[in-house]
Amino acid sequence: MSAETHHGHAADHAHGHDHDDPHGGAAHGSRKGYWIGFLLSVLLTAPAFALVMSGVIADPRLTAGIVMALAMVQIVVHMIYFLHMNTKSEAGWTMLALIFTAIIVFIVISGSLWVMYHMNLNMMPQMQAEMSSAGM
Amino acid sequence: MSTMTQTPPGAETPVFYDLDEHEHPPGHSTMLGFWLYLMSDCLIFAMLFAAYGVYGGSYAGGPTARELFELPLVAVNTTMLLLSSITYGFAMISADERKQGAVLGWLAVTALFGAAFLAIELYEFSNLIHEGAGPQRSAFLSSFFTLVGTHGLHVTFGLVWLGTLMVQVSRRGLVDANLRRLQCLSLFWHFLDVIWIGVFTFVYLLGVLR
Repeated sequence: MSAETHHGHAADHAHGHDHDDPHGGAAHGSRKGYWIGFLLSVLLTAPAFALVMSGVIADPRLTAGIVMALAMVQIVVHMIYFLHMNTKSEAGWTMLALIFTAIIVFIVISGSLWVMYHMNLNMMPQMQAEMSSAGM
Repeated sequence: MSTMTQTPPGAETPVFYDLDEHEHPPGHSTMLGFWLYLMSDCLIFAMLFAAYGVYGGSYAGGPTARELFELPLVAVNTTMLLLSSITYGFAMISADERKQGAVLGWLAVTALFGAAFLAIELYEFSNLIHEGAGPQRSAFLSSFFTLVGTHGLHVTFGLVWLGTLMVQVSRRGLVDANLRRLQCLSLFWHFLDVIWIGVFTFVYLLGVLR
């Protein structure tokens, strides 16, 4: 315990890197890691904006697909190089929480879009028919 | 009595359960707890993204995403947030090296980029409202302002936290508690950048394509 609290003063010069971090688990980055993450982010963000702003690809669906794929890759890049996610930190609990969250996020977003799309598709003509018949 | 405690030969060795409290150094579970908070925050954003996904095309006869969004402005905003992410990373490296002055310097640079991001976002919002495209105009704009506004609010609180931490670091130095706080804010700040990837992709870029 006392070793823990004093380590900031006593072991100042001896350490400086990840292996004896008092918080146990959370990994640190290196200067190189941050630069790699930053450059990859630029290389993934710039084409996404360029594609949409220039409209090089005539088919908006293809453009949307590429832009979404770039975003997915960039999220993974940020997770690895900026948030330092790995399977080992906190004995794997951060990764487990992340996977659980990703599943819930997927269910919430895709489920909402799916349900509401079909509701619009199925309900609207009927509703409009009812409204127009009520109007008459 | 003694017969009770003696184990006969060939019997199973008794199993002992460690019921004593273990040592809990301060903050030993902070990082995991903070990560769980971020994951729950992620769920809030998932709801807002879902709402925007559903209402993103409900213009109610009002202006569309293509007419409203200015992508060059969004690109500058994205750059600001990305730069603030890497400068925060440099602050963390300086903290690892126990260089207090460098930590404070990089935190100040991060705060400047964060403030620039917020200023550009507020400029965009005020422009939209002046054009009559406020949150009450259509379901599209309501969900847009809620999603992007919630992200902006997070950045605002991140800036308040950043300022507080700069005062704490300058007063107490890089003690363990402050290093832990710096790590938490690091996760928070990079997490906001991850959310912003979703915002500029799904709201702005796909909104213009829609």
